[in-house]
Amino acid sequence: MLLSMHRFACDERDEARISMALIELRDIRKIYDLGEVQVEALRGVSLDIHQGEHLALVGPSGSGKSTLMNMVGCLDRPTSGSYRLADEEVGNLTADRRARIRNRRIGFVFQNFNLLARTSALENVELPLLYAASVSARERRRRAIAMLERVGLGDRLGHHPGQLSGGQQQRVAIARALINEPSLLMGDEPTGNLDSRTSREVIELFQRLNEDNGITVILVTHDPEIARNAKRIIALRDGVIVQDTPDIDLAWSSLHSQEQEVEP
Amino acid sequence: MLTFRVAIRALAKNKMRAGLTILGVVIGIAAVTTMVSIGQSASQMVQSQFEMLGTNVIVVRPASRRSGGVQIAGMPSLTARDVEAIRTECPSVMAATAMVRAGGQVIYGNTNWSPSEMWGVGPDYLTVRNWPLRHGGFFTERDVSSAAKVCVIGQTLVRELFQTSDPLGQTIRIANIPFEVIGVLEPKGVNLFGQEQDNIVLMPYTTVRKRLQGSEFDHVHLAMVSARSMQQMSDAQNEITHLLLERHRIHPGEPADFEVQNTDEFARVLGMITGTMTMLLASIAGISLIVGGVGIMNIMLVSVTERTREIGIRMAVGARPKDILRQFLIEAVLLSCIGGLIGFALGVAASTGLTMLINTLSSGSEWQVVISVPAGIIAFLFAAAVGIFFGYYPARRASRLDPIESLRYE
Ligand SMILES: Nc1ncnc2c1ncn2[C@@H]1O[C@H](COP(=O)(O)OP(=O)(O)OP(=O)(O)O)[C@@H](O)[C@H]1O
Ligand SMILES: [Mg+2]
Repeated sequence: MLLSMHRFACDERDEARISMALIELRDIRKIYDLGEVQVEALRGVSLDIHQGEHLALVGPSGSGKSTLMNMVGCLDRPTSGSYRLADEEVGNLTADRRARIRNRRIGFVFQNFNLLARTSALENVELPLLYAASVSARERRRRAIAMLERVGLGDRLGHHPGQLSGGQQQRVAIARALINEPSLLMGDEPTGNLDSRTSREVIELFQRLNEDNGITVILVTHDPEIARNAKRIIALRDGVIVQDTPDIDLAWSSLHSQEQEVEP
Repeated sequence: MLTFRVAIRALAKNKMRAGLTILGVVIGIAAVTTMVSIGQSASQMVQSQFEMLGTNVIVVRPASRRSGGVQIAGMPSLTARDVEAIRTECPSVMAATAMVRAGGQVIYGNTNWSPSEMWGVGPDYLTVRNWPLRHGGFFTERDVSSAAKVCVIGQTLVRELFQTSDPLGQTIRIANIPFEVIGVLEPKGVNLFGQEQDNIVLMPYTTVRKRLQGSEFDHVHLAMVSARSMQQMSDAQNEITHLLLERHRIHPGEPADFEVQNTDEFARVLGMITGTMTMLLASIAGISLIVGGVGIMNIMLVSVTERTREIGIRMAVGARPKDILRQFLIEAVLLSCIGGLIGFALGVAASTGLTMLINTLSSGSEWQVVISVPAGIIAFLFAAAVGIFFGYYPARRASRLDPIESLRYE
């Protein structure tokens, strides 16, 4: 019911690179310097992700999932290591260039929605277009309405986040993430604040976008049922990848067994 | 422009905060506008007073002769014959009158009265001063040569001494000498300095010299000269200067024993003084504008902190630092411009009110409300500048926020 989404017009350059890795992480480290202590959130992560993949990122709390997601989403920069996105070294880019990549190539969905308060669903969805090159006001509106209709909120255009349910808010956030037709859609526990039925709807939406539109999807989740939908599971623990497998049960047990090893 | 719309929307979201932010600028601009307007009214007042005085008037006064910085005491150097020479020998001079200051009480019947001005003058006086008579006539050359005991009085004396009766032909006593009132001056009102000009008695200068002061010398305190036209002012001044240098046998290089000034110069000096006063008042008011600007900065800074999440969200979906900078800067400039407009309107209202108040408090003064368009434009530009100046720092702070930290900000 949620989606009857048509194929997104994929960036031609992305199509040309389908064979090569969309994302190349090499020995990524992230150290938070808190003065007295240094927290090493990522301790040498290397990973290739191809266009069209559907990934789930799992791991215990504090294992560095969000840190990794923010890095891949160009919201944050690694302390060391190399991150190439579509063959471009992201670590060297200026703040402006990274903003442009976030705007054009990446759709990010947060656990807590991160919608502008006291701002209508329509305006929230239009927001990325405001920062994209020359899209007319009419065109922005048209596209935002179309996108809200696709996520089933065609009748909630003027509602503010405060006037929407959690699931509706997250769908507004997804519409916002998709408005610029990104090739990479990321969700950091996008269903963390939703009940199980709404979660399923949202996850179905992600799955459709991946299968029907070829969008690369990376999700962080604590829920094995959600992780099961992904074709590839990355298990993270203490800032390192401990398992990279299509088998959810294997990933889960590896997290578990190591946990038991650590605490005798 | 896109960011413009973003800024307007953001402002509309919090009208209360916007209102408080502009308050300082409103007050500042209102104060500047009022001060400048009042100052300009004052200058205009000065101008019109000088026009009333007659703009082509030249004043010649004796100057004590200086020699090597040592002042040589002695008689004032300007004589009635000098004045007569100016009148007859300078082609650009239309009229000239000697002026001798007198003082004392005027008695009529059993009323006495002290005029604020008592002058001995020549027949040209009324022409030079551009001052018509209301009744009667003025003294003639013959009155002057015979030191006739006649006088012309101003409206204040008419009111104080004669009330309703006709003063013409009446005799008043000055220093126990009887004078016949032969004319009454038109009322002139207060001058620039708020002094009443109608409290005046005029007599032939010879009468003052001989009869009141018992002097045989014909020295005068000053001479008032009018040129034939505004254009001939400087010619007349030159002619007078040459004539007097020659008459007083002053060699080139020696300091002159007289001064020739025209009222224009005086007006210019006074204009400069009122201009300086206006500037001073405006700068004091300007300080309040700066305080207003600091207010903008303060609230913008709070607003940046308060809106950290909003900034993080905008950055996460692709706003570049310069987009954020522009948005906050435009918000600040919009706020201060709106404040500037409201302040200007308030200032216009305040100066109108103040002018009316001045006019009712000091009767007789007719201040005009001066609202200058350039002042309005400058006030507006200044408000915008205040917005840019004080909005820049908070806006820059906003643009430098880290997207992730901003999103995490509670
Ligand atoms: N801004 C920060 N400053 C200091 N330490 C941080 C910061 N952000 C994260 N960390 C630390 O980095 C580590 C990884 O955090 P991260 O948020 O990536 O974990 P996570 O896997 O997303 O956990 P969760 O499942 O609870 O969201 C944690 O130990 C955390 O304390
Ligand atoms: Mg997390």
